[in-house]
Amino acid sequence: MENIKELILAKVSDAVIEDKQYLTVTVKPEDLRTLAKMLRYDEGFDYLIQLTGVDYGDSLGVVYLLAKSEDMAVCIVIKTATADKENPTLPTVSDMWKAANWNEREVYDYFGVIFINHPDMRHLFLTERWKGYPLRKDYDAGRDVNPLDLKSYDMSDTTVSYVSEGDGIKKIEKNLFEEEDYVVNIGPQHPATHGVLHFRTALDGEIIKKIDANCGYIHRGVEKLCEGLTYPQSLHFTDRLDYLCAHIYRHGLCMCVEKAAGIEVPERAEVIRTIMDELQRIDSHLIAWSCMCQDMSALTAFIYGMRDREKILDIFEETGGGRLIQNYNVIGGVMADIHPNFVQRVKDFIPVMRKGLKEYHQLYTGNVIARERMIGVGVMSKETAIAYGVTGPSARASGIHCDLRKMAPYAAYDKVEFKEIIRMEGDSMARYMNRLDEIEESLHIIEQLIDNIPEGDFCAKTKAIIKLPEGEYFQRVEGGRGEWGVYILSKGDKTPYRMKFRSPCMTLVNAMDTISRGGKIADLITIGGSMDYIIPDIDR
Amino acid sequence: MFDFSIWTNWIDQFLRTNLPEFWALAIEFVVVGVIILALYCIIALALIYFERKICAFFQCRLGPNRVGPYGIFQSVADMLKMLIKEIIPINHTDKFLFYLAPFFVLIASILAFGAIPWGNGLQILDFNIGIFYILSVSSLGVIGILLAGWASNNKYSMIGAMRSGAQLISYELSAGLALMTIVVLSGSMQLSTMIEGQKDCWYLFQGHIPAVIAFIIYLIAGHAETNRGPFDLPEAESELAAGYHTEYSGLQFGFFYLAEYLNMFIIASIAATVFLGGWMPFHVTGLDGFNAVMDYIPSVIWFFGKVVFLMMLSLWVRWTFPRLRIDHLLDLEWKYLLPINMVNLLVMVIVVIYGWYF
Repeated sequence: MENIKELILAKVSDAVIEDKQYLTVTVKPEDLRTLAKMLRYDEGFDYLIQLTGVDYGDSLGVVYLLAKSEDMAVCIVIKTATADKENPTLPTVSDMWKAANWNEREVYDYFGVIFINHPDMRHLFLTERWKGYPLRKDYDAGRDVNPLDLKSYDMSDTTVSYVSEGDGIKKIEKNLFEEEDYVVNIGPQHPATHGVLHFRTALDGEIIKKIDANCGYIHRGVEKLCEGLTYPQSLHFTDRLDYLCAHIYRHGLCMCVEKAAGIEVPERAEVIRTIMDELQRIDSHLIAWSCMCQDMSALTAFIYGMRDREKILDIFEETGGGRLIQNYNVIGGVMADIHPNFVQRVKDFIPVMRKGLKEYHQLYTGNVIARERMIGVGVMSKETAIAYGVTGPSARASGIHCDLRKMAPYAAYDKVEFKEIIRMEGDSMARYMNRLDEIEESLHIIEQLIDNIPEGDFCAKTKAIIKLPEGEYFQRVEGGRGEWGVYILSKGDKTPYRMKFRSPCMTLVNAMDTISRGGKIADLITIGGSMDYIIPDIDR
Repeated sequence: MFDFSIWTNWIDQFLRTNLPEFWALAIEFVVVGVIILALYCIIALALIYFERKICAFFQCRLGPNRVGPYGIFQSVADMLKMLIKEIIPINHTDKFLFYLAPFFVLIASILAFGAIPWGNGLQILDFNIGIFYILSVSSLGVIGILLAGWASNNKYSMIGAMRSGAQLISYELSAGLALMTIVVLSGSMQLSTMIEGQKDCWYLFQGHIPAVIAFIIYLIAGHAETNRGPFDLPEAESELAAGYHTEYSGLQFGFFYLAEYLNMFIIASIAATVFLGGWMPFHVTGLDGFNAVMDYIPSVIWFFGKVVFLMMLSLWVRWTFPRLRIDHLLDLEWKYLLPINMVNLLVMVIVVIYGWYF
């Protein structure tokens, strides 16, 4: 890393480099692209993990968290800020990392920062008529500013992009679709969009020409809410982001706070969390499998998956009280000790699941129609996956080693043996198979831990009010659909100054346009099922 | 074997002796019409219950079990619900065609339904081009589907209708050719003659290899014609919401629903009649005792037994396979089924010419 520091200083002489959790480089906006280009093309930081807008009070900034696809554990943070709060502009990096496309639109939504040369500077979550920028500290959240509006408005068919011209900035309007395109709205209410997602799909007969994905139909402003709540209070929001990975997400946020506050988590809690995470992962992958089959109209397969998932939910219910959303992790450990039946139930479940997997392969994987529809459909190349920042089982189907349980182990993952499932094809079949194989690996992890849950406390003693020391904290965990991340900017209070959640599904939906072009309508549904995005995770 | 024509002839004679011919015929037409419509509804209701129960067992569920014992009145309750539901008028539709479309689908299936031989002497329409008649009226249904998709003024419906047009027209070819293969063997298009010709041995066994191939092709093509999974592309609920009938509600939707189930029944009955002897019992030449026992079972039961068996196959496929994609669907028809069918027809002609059948 010393080497990188020198290289950075050689390129950008007035960069401020700090050794924090990750190496942090602060640059002026005009040097941002120079530094970004160097890191992207010369140093191999090809993954844009997080892009977070922050209102520092006197300036509006953006924090970029970059990682390498060769080694996902190596990260670097770039920070930049503009002091102009009236007409804030920053250069875009969306040409280097396509993942920045939607993230920059999100920053524009929340903070009003315009990214120069961004190809599609529309609002992502909010409507065009929204007044003010909600995550700015001086935002007026009063009811009169944005009153409840029950009118229906047409969607705009144009987008804008801002380019710098001489000293000024020029606004260019562009049409989203061509004149003769047959545009079909798939969503927001549609059986196969896995939530309230809206694809405006331009068709040529049955062939997809372009997809324009629209989000924000169920946006809840979780990040804004978190700014007003203490850390323990904000925990339950994470359960409601990706409700199928509730446990894993909450685990991530707890870990971030624990690390920042220096709380030692008892070993028993670590192991319980790991087992719960893996059960949750199986649950999530089962849903993914079932829903994909249902999208392809195999209802029987769907019911089989749901039948086996029910057993996991029963296990959750017995210990934590919750089924879908467990509310089980707390800062310092878990809320309650495991139920006396827990170990036996989990042990009984493992062979049932193995038998179920065999049945799934017999019922569906070998089916000739299913194979025809999945093999070679929606191929996501390694480059595309990296450019869009895709992680999780979908990226591993494109040959990227991105399993954070292996790369940057947390909880009890360093104590267990398991394989990282990698496939090279990158098609729907590879993504489908990856999920089923990961269920097997999760069972393997659980098997190793279930008999070795150490005795001791299940939760560390914490103070009634948890204050995090001033600073920035990152935590990345491997969710069911990809890497989930938390970014906390603390000013030393009991509430966060800025809390950001990295959504893995956002990258997946962002990549949908590229990988489904040229396919049929039926392929779009298959690809959607194999990508397995979930909308509340995007609409935080 | 009991001949139901004894009853029907007696009724006919009775009416004709007591009434002028016009009134006798008028009463017969009305009675037959009412019987057809009643049977149509009852069979549809029974089928809906049957399918829901069977698919529940496939999926480790219980299925309907609340309305009546084992839920047998569930579909009656559903029917009542469907009857009293509001028909929602949609703006921007072509009103006339929109309301006309379900009748096309319904009438096409009723017309085909009328020609089915139910049992020995129980057939309403029996004339020398029976098979040809059934093929032609059952393919009228596609007009209704196209109209529904077009008149709805909805993009999902439109795509569904286009798919349906492409699908039904191509699979009609295979279904027709498969039946023609057997017509070559039987030498007649009249359904009663065809059943009579299967007295000693069903055509499936008489025509051995080409007949079995034609049977399999007919099952596939017939299944595709009913628009049911894995061939349910026109309605493809996960792609097109509900395809061509997205905008229909209440009884209008009910008509499509009824017709779908009845088409399944009609396809199964044609297959049973043409390949498995219709109401004709299973006979083995030489085993007179066995044949007598078989004859003891009423012909209606034979017919329904065969139809239920074939529908079971259809349900099995429906609830196991995922949906085909449109290009795979057309590939299957034009690249596999149709060429095989044509060669098969030729083989059957050779078999018949040289008398290589049983």
